[in-house]
Amino acid sequence: MKLDAKIPEGPLAEKWSKHKFNLKLVNPANKRKYTVIVVGTGLAGSSAAASLAELGYNVKAFCYQDSPRRAHSIAAQGGINAAKNYRNDGDSVYRLFYDTIKGGDYRAREANVYRLAEVSVNIIDQCVAQGVPFAREYGGLLDNRSFGGAQVSRTFYARGQTGQQLLLGAYSALNRQIHEGKVEMFSRHEMLDVVVVDGQAKGVVVRDMVTGEIETHAGHAVLLCTGGYGNVFYLSTNAMGCNVTAAWRAHKRGAYFGNPCFTQIHPTCIPVTGDHQSKLTLMSESLRNDGRVWVPKTKEIAAQIREGKVKASDIKEDDRDYFLERKYPSFGNLVPRDVASRNAKEMVDEGRGVGSSGVAVYLDFADAIKRLGEDAVRAKYGNLFDMYYQITDENPYKEPMRIYPAVHYTMGGLWVDYNLQTTVPGLYALGEANFSDHGANRLGASALMQGLADGYFVIPYTLGDYLATIGPKAVDEKHPAFAETKKAVEDRIQQLLSLKGNKTVDEYHRELGKIMWEYCGMARSEEGLKKAKKMIQDLKADFWKNAIVLGKNEEFNQSLEKAGRVADFIELGELMIDDALDRTESCGGHFRIESQTEEGEAKRDDEKYAYVAAWEYKGEGKPEALHKEELKFENVKLTQRSYK
Amino acid sequence: MNLTLKVWRQPNTDAKGSFVNYPAQNISPDMSFLEMLDVVNEDLVKKGEDPIHFDHDCREGICGMCSLHINGRPHGPKQAITTCQLHMRSFQDGQTITIEPWRATAFPVIKDLAVDRSAFDRIQRAGGFVSVNTGGVPDANAIAIPKPVADEAFNSATCIGCGACVAACKNASAMLFVSAKVSQMALLPQGQPERYKRVQAMVAQMDEEGFGSCTNTGACEAECPKEIKITNIARMNRDFFTAKFFKQEEA
Repeated sequence: MKLDAKIPEGPLAEKWSKHKFNLKLVNPANKRKYTVIVVGTGLAGSSAAASLAELGYNVKAFCYQDSPRRAHSIAAQGGINAAKNYRNDGDSVYRLFYDTIKGGDYRAREANVYRLAEVSVNIIDQCVAQGVPFAREYGGLLDNRSFGGAQVSRTFYARGQTGQQLLLGAYSALNRQIHEGKVEMFSRHEMLDVVVVDGQAKGVVVRDMVTGEIETHAGHAVLLCTGGYGNVFYLSTNAMGCNVTAAWRAHKRGAYFGNPCFTQIHPTCIPVTGDHQSKLTLMSESLRNDGRVWVPKTKEIAAQIREGKVKASDIKEDDRDYFLERKYPSFGNLVPRDVASRNAKEMVDEGRGVGSSGVAVYLDFADAIKRLGEDAVRAKYGNLFDMYYQITDENPYKEPMRIYPAVHYTMGGLWVDYNLQTTVPGLYALGEANFSDHGANRLGASALMQGLADGYFVIPYTLGDYLATIGPKAVDEKHPAFAETKKAVEDRIQQLLSLKGNKTVDEYHRELGKIMWEYCGMARSEEGLKKAKKMIQDLKADFWKNAIVLGKNEEFNQSLEKAGRVADFIELGELMIDDALDRTESCGGHFRIESQTEEGEAKRDDEKYAYVAAWEYKGEGKPEALHKEELKFENVKLTQRSYK
Repeated sequence: MNLTLKVWRQPNTDAKGSFVNYPAQNISPDMSFLEMLDVVNEDLVKKGEDPIHFDHDCREGICGMCSLHINGRPHGPKQAITTCQLHMRSFQDGQTITIEPWRATAFPVIKDLAVDRSAFDRIQRAGGFVSVNTGGVPDANAIAIPKPVADEAFNSATCIGCGACVAACKNASAMLFVSAKVSQMALLPQGQPERYKRVQAMVAQMDEEGFGSCTNTGACEAECPKEIKITNIARMNRDFFTAKFFKQEEA
């Protein structure tokens, strides 16, 4: 199959307007004859479900949490970008577009990113109208801040809880539609497969996580808004339940997977303390606006710190290496996430890491406290400092924070065209679940923007075109594909339940995470990746022999839930390795040690790798097929990113 | 650290539950409370015993999914944090820790420590929204909102819907939760058109779900991990009575 991104013709700024006009409309009286299935209720899912129901479609929405409000969008801290230019500081739709393309290291589609920047302004209007309490200035108008090294202040925020407030806004819109009877909500339901009838997505198979009942649901289209797959690394800033299962099953049913190896490692997280660690906590990127990152100049001093002989505050100014300020004088501590993360790793690898484990660098606020006063620092970052204190039992007002990078976001995801449709007609992917807008590196405050753009302002238009094409005839749930898919799900569950080995599912997950972090994390090499591929294959074989899965299907069974998810993560892990092996260039979050500049920075290869890698599943045990979507840059000039 | 856990086990909603004791050994003070339970569960799984089921997700204190009653207090002994943010350094070596689910008629136990909080969703569905469709809304800066008002609305909006207020209340009242949402909307200009209709609809649904009445003991405020203020209840009561006495026709 040839990939067609369906990018509209015409000048960049007119593509979306023209495309919207060219899309077919569904007659208002016919809309109620359609059913749309939405899986996941984070920003993308809730906003899509609510907006489609408002248009008149019937929606069935599913989430694995006990309430749609708990999807992991809720945990986003920093903010949401929008090209409002309320600050008169030179922002524009074009600048947001340009920053996003460049920040993504030129591995995203121009047309998609431009549309994202274009609708960003509508998102803020929508959220305010819903009653989202964004931060305001004394004059009563909305406040903005600069975020993640952007040169303009375009980030809207609600203290350190922007994701929470945006999700509660989308959740309230969803609630209104549930109240109206237009959305039927299924909480504590996990999607386990897509039903494909004659090549088109026509339904899903889900498991009621309380009773264990396996249900089929039919619809004219299926929207996967199921988030990212960062938990493939076991430790990440994702919620414990975040998983790839919905996307992975869709992949096995024909949806290509785009750029799976593009993962974002966030530089400022609280370091790991031991093997018991279950997740990592992010400290907002905004801390780098005032905090200074450093390690001791010598290995000897670092060793003394690790042994507890000296404290960070005892280290003399001359013995400190503010490595980001030293290497990147113009951006300093505000270099993009991938650059900051890689440099922290370099320091630790050199033996200059701090903390008892030695796997951390300092983020120091002493200068900021001296300059602004402790009260001012508290007003800005108080909740983050409290959170840090709670977790580490160390007072960041007195001693510098210890931070280390952690997996945070996945730019890769299901391949979608301009309409957000996957390679399976009728199957769509929105938000972090798709690959589309962030290229090889996502900028801060852009994930919330993309989730809501897809749900509120893109899918309500593009889905109508497909629905109008297929017509409102009811989906026949008696079609054998429904029973067959259900049977396949049930068989797999029985297979999992028959595993009565001697190793817990968590042990497999931790092992997988270690392999991925070591060989497919911040730095990747051909040798390491090849080794990792073998290790994952062995792990998979071992899992299906020696894992322990307890209980039965017909009950609330967290052991079974976990087993199914980890089994899928193992398979995804192998594909990520394949993708990382194929891409011998470095770009964004993907750093191949074979491809670096003389100064040790990531070196892209636009001649050979200016494409989206879209992987096609070919069957159990067979290598996946790589399809390439060439990226054409008609508006921006490709340059090597430099933050020196 | 070595501890003894006294854990509520209940196979399903209809079954009778009971306490079961489990040892928790070699626990690091740096572990979070839920990580301690992970360790115990991993031991149980290795022995072929059903792990202790509990709800949890983000593990950073914001999703509101975790919900344990620890030594008689929702989210454990510390102020202003959720169970997932509680660390074992808050306990002493050799201690016995009692872990129970939320106890409230409106929150039936699903299994062990996990309860059904869908009543909260139904209350929000009854009116916890501003009736605007996607698109066609005014510019975000069209209405100026005084900063103190916006900040106060934000404070109310930080409720995570965990249900600790209900679990803490001797009457299992949901007034703090409901009033937080009512307040957020009542404070903001966007919430004004449906202000009185909203408060009546949400209170009616709250009553229907079987939550108890508020008797102003303040336990909810004391135990709320997000420090939602009891003044929200006063605000909700004022709007409720205003609606009932003067503005019912607006409903």
